[in-house]
Amino acid sequence: MPMLETMRDIGTVVWVDLRFLRRNLGKTMALTLIAPILYLLAFGYGLGRGTSIDGYSYLDFVIPGIIALTAMTTAFNTSGLKLHVDRLFYKCFDETLMAPVSASSIIIGKALIGVLRGLLSSAALLAVALIFSPLPAMNLLFPVSLVLTCFVFSFLGVTVALLAKTHQDMTLFMSLVILPMSFLSGTFFSLSQVPEALSIALYVSPLTHACLCLRASALGQVFPWFSFLVLAMFGLVFFGLCFVALKKASG
Amino acid sequence: MEEAILTRGLTKKYKDVCAVENLNLSVHRGEIFGFLGPNGAGKTTTIRALTGLTRPSSGSIWVSGFDVEREPDKVKKVIGVVQQHLTFDLDLNLRENMELHARLHHIPLDERRKRISELLEFVGLTKQSEKMVDELSGGMKKAAMIARALLHEPTVLFLDEPTVGLDVQVRRRMWDLIRSLSRSGTTIFLTTHYIEEAEALCQRVGIVHQGHLIALGSPSELRQAVGLVTVEVLVDGAYTRYEHFVDREAAIKYVQGLSSDVKTVIRDSSLEDVFVKLTGKKVGEDDADA
Repeated sequence: MPMLETMRDIGTVVWVDLRFLRRNLGKTMALTLIAPILYLLAFGYGLGRGTSIDGYSYLDFVIPGIIALTAMTTAFNTSGLKLHVDRLFYKCFDETLMAPVSASSIIIGKALIGVLRGLLSSAALLAVALIFSPLPAMNLLFPVSLVLTCFVFSFLGVTVALLAKTHQDMTLFMSLVILPMSFLSGTFFSLSQVPEALSIALYVSPLTHACLCLRASALGQVFPWFSFLVLAMFGLVFFGLCFVALKKASG
Repeated sequence: MEEAILTRGLTKKYKDVCAVENLNLSVHRGEIFGFLGPNGAGKTTTIRALTGLTRPSSGSIWVSGFDVEREPDKVKKVIGVVQQHLTFDLDLNLRENMELHARLHHIPLDERRKRISELLEFVGLTKQSEKMVDELSGGMKKAAMIARALLHEPTVLFLDEPTVGLDVQVRRRMWDLIRSLSRSGTTIFLTTHYIEEAEALCQRVGIVHQGHLIALGSPSELRQAVGLVTVEVLVDGAYTRYEHFVDREAAIKYVQGLSSDVKTVIRDSSLEDVFVKLTGKKVGEDDADA
């Protein structure tokens, strides 16, 4: 029974955000697709034309990276910003806190909207990318890695939104963590190209592991199970941090 | 029968500031209890602690006999809360906001629809139900907040400044609403800035000042403690001094003792006089050091 109740409450929490998404679907999709399509054109077509990395055309190489990047930013922004607004501007998050629903229902419900939109945007981007480059060797581990990636960064978004005391906190985190991560995680270049010391540092970023998984499964390379495991660990840690942050938010 | 609200040694500290200190309070079932105090006295902090939104630094709270810290879900089922500020999801329309609340409180579909319609009717917002919340007037928003808080039929209702910023007519309608809820058996805990509101509505009031409960009783009991008759003395034409007396006779005697060119007014004392005397300031003046 508690399991069923949790499912129902998750449904309620995500229902609100779905209403919002449905009202603004056109706008939100356009918003999330503009940046990655620009990257795709600039890096894939402009900068990288004629170059190849690790035996692949640069376009083929960069598409999974840009999809990882899109999944990360969309998942993080969606669950993070919506919850941030709910908490600090609408102040309607208190209503959820005062309802008899469990912490896990709130956290998973609030994260799911990020996952959903992350998947939507990534799928739309993939559809655009496939026009330029068909990626014939893609396998089923690609969607699996994509879902995991969305969960990881959605939980991170929920954590940060629960801890942020002001709008500045939120933008600061995005500029200090999310932005550097998006460029330094092997999204646009191969880690084998950078000096070893630096590449070790880049393995600390969860997006690096997301990129490795997505790229391998998109190009039909040997799947990096270790990275998959590390990514899953990041997800678990962020999920756990959500609970700590939720407790703190009601201190 | 246990008290609707009971606190023992409730204390809440923020860093080095003590917002509420050692508060012992009991609110009886079915009464309208008014919680008064100047800005920054600790009213909202107390409500947040009573409703589980803030964990007390120490002390215990029971609502309807349930321990707020140990049995939060049981408490959440029996309380309704209307916060001071608006707490609507502005991306949803009014009905959707109501529906969200009903779903979060596990009201089954049929009943949910019925109660939402009934309550919107009750506060006169049926026609507004499909509007986005931001399109409603201030009074409508406040009424909608109350309607929403009643969806799950709470037995204890917390109202934090329910009529602040409302037109006088709307405020009086709100008072009728609060009285009718009280008649149907709901316990009401309200904070207010308007002392006359507490006087008009509440069976008992508590006055809180700098985190301490400094008076507790019915409005007339509190008036009695200060004096049922008040004399206003205009000093040098510049400011007013207030003197309180047990009855009219004593007040007249005092006035006769003043020099004849001093302007005075003799009147019944009010809860506001009690408040000013006890907290040392007029309501609405900001408490700079709190």
